[in-house]
Amino acid sequence: MITTQGLTKVYRSRGREVTALDGVDLHVREGEVFGVIGQSGAGKSSLIRCVNLLERPTRGTVTVDGVDLTALAGRGPRAGKELRAARSRIGMVFQHFNLLSSRTVQDNIELPLEILGKSGRERSAKALELLDLVGLADKARAYPAQLSGGQKQRVGIARALAGDPKVLLSDEATSALDPETTRSVLQLLRDLNRQLGLTVLLITHEMDVVKTVCDSAALMEHGRVVESGTVGELLAAPGSELAAALFPVGGEASGDDRTVVDVTFHGQTTTRPVISQLSRTYNIDISILGAAMDTVGGKQVGRMRMELPGRYEDNVVPIGFLREQGLQVDVHDGVPEGADAAPVLVKDGGSQ
Amino acid sequence: MQPLLSQACWDTLYMVGWSALIAVVGGLPLGVLLVLTDRGGLLQNAVANKAVGQIVNIARSMPFIILMVALMGFTRSIVGTTIGREAAIVPLAVGAVPFFARLVETAVREVDGGLVEAVQSMGGNTWTVVRKVLVPESLPSLISALTTTVVALIGYSAMAGTVGAGGLGDLAVRYGYQRYESELMWITVAILAVVITLIQFAGDSGARVLHRRAGKGGRPLRFRVLGGRTR
Repeated sequence: MITTQGLTKVYRSRGREVTALDGVDLHVREGEVFGVIGQSGAGKSSLIRCVNLLERPTRGTVTVDGVDLTALAGRGPRAGKELRAARSRIGMVFQHFNLLSSRTVQDNIELPLEILGKSGRERSAKALELLDLVGLADKARAYPAQLSGGQKQRVGIARALAGDPKVLLSDEATSALDPETTRSVLQLLRDLNRQLGLTVLLITHEMDVVKTVCDSAALMEHGRVVESGTVGELLAAPGSELAAALFPVGGEASGDDRTVVDVTFHGQTTTRPVISQLSRTYNIDISILGAAMDTVGGKQVGRMRMELPGRYEDNVVPIGFLREQGLQVDVHDGVPEGADAAPVLVKDGGSQ
Repeated sequence: MQPLLSQACWDTLYMVGWSALIAVVGGLPLGVLLVLTDRGGLLQNAVANKAVGQIVNIARSMPFIILMVALMGFTRSIVGTTIGREAAIVPLAVGAVPFFARLVETAVREVDGGLVEAVQSMGGNTWTVVRKVLVPESLPSLISALTTTVVALIGYSAMAGTVGAGGLGDLAVRYGYQRYESELMWITVAILAVVITLIQFAGDSGARVLHRRAGKGGRPLRFRVLGGRTR
C-alpha cells in the first residue's frame, strides 16, 4: 500500500548538510498497522512527512496505493493540483493534534470536506457519523480548548478519516497523552484498522505502541531502517534488537560457571511446558533471571532469560533440546549484552 | 458650539473610518504576504519579502506630518484637492496600511505551523491555508491590531486637521489654541478620551471573547459589547 524506495532526505542550511533519511526502503502491506520506531533524530518524522510529501525527498520514490507521489510532485516547492488530490486521500494525525482553535469540533472535522468542495449537508452528515465512530457524538459543538488530550486526538482521527482515506499516517499520535489515554486511542486505531480495512503507518518512540497495535515494525537509526518485518518475523530473527526491546529481560549470571540463555517463545511453543521438560530430562536446576510475556498482534509471545549450571560447553545438549522444541535461543558468552540491548530505545513516554 | 462639535466629530469619524477600512483592505494582505514570503514560508521569496518589508518600514517610520505634505501631489491626483476630509483620507490611509501590515505580520506569525501542515496534509493549497487557518486563527490578535490602528489614526487625523481637513483636532487647534476658547478645547479632549476609551474597550472585549473561546485564558468579561458567540 505504501512503498518507499531509496528514500533520501538531505537538509541544507547555511552550507551544512544533514542527512535525515538515508536510502529508506519500506513496504507497508494493505490493511496492516506498521510501526516505525526509533529515537529522536532517527529520521522518523522526516520519513512520515515524505510519505505525503509535506517534505520533498531529495532522492527516491514514494508510492501510495499504486500512485507514484514523487512523480506528481513536479519541480517547484508548491504542491500542484494532482499532489493535493492525492494528499486528500491520505489521512494524517499529529502529536499535538493540530486542531483549529477557532472552529468547533464539528467544523474541524468538516474542514477536509470543505477543501474537497463537499456541500454543507454532506459535510455535517459525515462529520456527525465520524464523531459517533470515535465516541464523541455529544461534543460536536464544543471547541477544542474544552476537550481533554485524548478527546482532541479522537477529533484529530475523525478529521483524518473525513476524506475516506485508505491510508492513515500517525505522527507520534499518542506521545502527548498519558498511558491510559494512549491505550484507548491505540485501541481506536486498531478498531478502525479492522473495521475500515485502513492501512496505518505510525511513527513512535514508545515500544508499547508497537507492542499494542502493530502487525509489522521497523527500527530506524541514523536515517536508516536497520530492522523491519512482521512482529513474528522480528521475534524469530536471532539477535533482533527490536525483539529484545519489545521484550526486555534483565538479570546477570550469578557466577562464572553458569550459562545464561535468552529463550524466545512465539506461536505454539508458548503453550508447551518446555522448561520443566528440560529440567526433568537432563536433571538440571534452572533459575529464571527474568521473563516477559505479552500479546502482540493477538498472539502470545514471550522471552525468558534463564541460567543453567555449568559453562556453555556443558550445556550444548540441553540448548540443542530447546532449539529442537522450536524455541529461539540466544546464548550469552559471558558478556551481558542482552541487558544492555534493551535500553537502545527510549521507552519512557516523554514527548519530543 | 453644538453644531461645530457634532460636525467635527462626524468629520473625524469619517476620516478615521475610511482610512481604517483601507488599512484593513491593504494591510491585511500585505501582512500575510510578509509572512508567506519569509524564509520557510509557503511562498518563500527573499526578493519580494525584502522589497515589501523595506517599503513597509520606510512608510511606517515616516513622521505623519511629513508624509502628509510629501503626498500632496499624489492626493491631488486622486481626490482633486489637498484640502478637506476626503483629501486627508489619502495620507491617513497611506500611513495606516504599513502600520497595520506590520501588526498583521506579527499576529499571523504566531499561528502554529502545525495547523498549516495539517491543512496541507488534507490537500489544501496556500489560499486555503490563508483563508481557513492564518486569518481565523489569528483573529483575536488581528482585532487588537485593528484597535491599535484606529487609535493611532485618531491621533493622525488631528494632525491632518491642521492642514484643513476639519475634525476634532482642527477644532481644538483653531478654537482652543488660536482663539483662547479653552472650554471648547477641553470638551474636545473629553470627547476624544471617551471615543478612544470606547474603541479600546470594544476591541479588547472582542479579542478577549475570541481568545477565551480558543482557550488562551484572559479575564472573564462582565458585560458583552460585541455580542460574541455564547455557548
